[in-house]
Amino acid sequence: MACAEGALAAGCRFFAGYPITPATEIAEHMSRRLPEVGGVYLQMEDEIASMAAVIGASYAGVKSMTATSGPGFSLMQENIGLAAMTETPCVVVDVMRAGPSTGQPTKTSQQDVMQAKWGSHGDYEIIALSPSSVQEMFDLTVEAFNLSETYRCPVFLMTDEIVGHLMERLAIPKPEEIRLIDRKRPTSPPSEYLPFRPGEDLVPEMAIFGEGYRFYATGLTHDETGHPQTDSSEEHARLVQRLCDKIRKNANKITKVERIFLDDADICIIAYGSVARSALSAAVEGREKGIKIGLLRLATLWPFPDQIVEEVAAQVDKILVPEMNYGQMVREVERCAGRRKVESLPRLGDALHTPQEILAHVLG
Amino acid sequence: MEVRGMSAVQHPMEHYTRSGMIPHIWCNGCGDGVILGEFVRALDELKYDINKLVVVSGIGCIGRISGYTNTDSFHTTHGRALAFAVGVKAVRPDLKPVVISGDGDLFAIGGNHFIHAARRNIDVTVICSNNFNYGMTGGQSGPTTPIDAYTTTTRYGNIEHPFNLAHLAAASGAVYVARWTSIHVKRMRESFKKAINKRGFSFVEVITTCPEEYGRRNKLADPIEGMKWLREVSVVRSFIDPIEAVVRPDKIIVGEFVDIEKTEYSDLLLESTRKVQASLEKEGKLTNVAL
Repeated sequence: MACAEGALAAGCRFFAGYPITPATEIAEHMSRRLPEVGGVYLQMEDEIASMAAVIGASYAGVKSMTATSGPGFSLMQENIGLAAMTETPCVVVDVMRAGPSTGQPTKTSQQDVMQAKWGSHGDYEIIALSPSSVQEMFDLTVEAFNLSETYRCPVFLMTDEIVGHLMERLAIPKPEEIRLIDRKRPTSPPSEYLPFRPGEDLVPEMAIFGEGYRFYATGLTHDETGHPQTDSSEEHARLVQRLCDKIRKNANKITKVERIFLDDADICIIAYGSVARSALSAAVEGREKGIKIGLLRLATLWPFPDQIVEEVAAQVDKILVPEMNYGQMVREVERCAGRRKVESLPRLGDALHTPQEILAHVLG
Repeated sequence: MEVRGMSAVQHPMEHYTRSGMIPHIWCNGCGDGVILGEFVRALDELKYDINKLVVVSGIGCIGRISGYTNTDSFHTTHGRALAFAVGVKAVRPDLKPVVISGDGDLFAIGGNHFIHAARRNIDVTVICSNNFNYGMTGGQSGPTTPIDAYTTTTRYGNIEHPFNLAHLAAASGAVYVARWTSIHVKRMRESFKKAINKRGFSFVEVITTCPEEYGRRNKLADPIEGMKWLREVSVVRSFIDPIEAVVRPDKIIVGEFVDIEKTEYSDLLLESTRKVQASLEKEGKLTNVAL
């Protein structure tokens, strides 16, 4: 519900989805609320169609989203690639359940975090956020729309079933207190408009259907006019580099982390989603016992906050990465940690790491 | 424009095609160029506001058509054109999406989207170029390949039953269904005009020649022979039960098969939204009116 209300507050007026545990509550809430605010809820025939409809609605000028879980997220990957290639602002929520395949539909996991980055074929960059509380679910959903409109790319909200079904206090800000960003619109008349000519920020201005711009967008490699360039290696390299660089070069602006007890820490726990809550308790408990534990909580998973992790790694003796998967983001931490010791604390099967488990691991 | 040393006059339909994109990629003798020609002539005869038309296509030879029409247009992933178009129509009832794609794109990989868009009766026109095979990838068999036909993946003759697309469209809920071949240019254009103006899900199948791929493996490699074949086997039987409107190498039944009225989806959506908002307004709770 916090996610759905966050989306509405962000200006989302189109949701296309397909029922799936444990993400159905978002669709149900949107189906009730969207008509109230003049928006459209569409239940599509599958997740492939949902993602296609979201892209269509976004190009028709409406902020759009879908929500799903692992099996649906897999089906969406095809059109997530199309959204990346055609620079479509859109938001996809993945309430992660236990996989692979049908797995355990009602059980929690963080097993899709690498799929979020690498799920569709080819080189591209996306943005993925991971909330740890109900309030942050709301706030990061608003942020997800703002980022997708700013960078014209799909933005994922990667949440686990535990945060997805959490009940806690939510303060919804007044509309005037919520900062909203809309895509850059064309500044030139239709006769001069080039749909994929980037600005200095590497992001092109976006015309929408029905305004007389009569532009063409394609999933094929294209030049600034939007026309296909299926043979030119230069055009292909230029396009793919820009699609990646518009995110990579702004990584420091995009990434959000929370640093807790890190100033004097010897040991750093890096965690995200519901696991970060257990990690925080472990850090508090450890501090009470005189162990200098700190927590780096990742609210942004992609682009990965390389620089921040490098800085933290330089400062501590050991990094611990608890995750509800068989060790995924730990690889990114290892990549950034230099020679610092990095330990993975994977957890599979329907439960969060307890603070005691994390602490026991810290104590060795 | 200079063509082989001669100066060519402007094509009368140039306003409807995208500058810099013509000539098209299609082979000599392919029916897809005929479809493009008749489609833009239909727009011209209707005096259609091309700022309100969105051409959406999938992947395959005819999938390139969205690049050639001087409208807002989008070239989607394979099979997903209709799902994209549904998203457009749902949020912008003032726009008319026209999906132009192939038989493999619409009825193999995209089959699910076709039956559901038709079931909803959403105001989208679908034009299917049916060439009996996957031309772009080199002539493999598909959901419309006739029994016994040779393709690069049915070397011993096709053993699968093909779809009757007109029957499928009618059974799924389309309010306008017609089938012509690429030699029925005027009737094709008339059907395009009717389909575009029809409120609801409309479907026009155009059976086209494919001399380079399907044709060369089925004794129809010569474009003229292909057209002669279409003329010989086509029989006009409008408004017969589409189940009887067969498509076989020896007989192709063409005509208009369905033209009915049914409430359209985006109208229902708008009506439902207005009802919800009206009851909120009564309670003084209406906060945000978009759309």
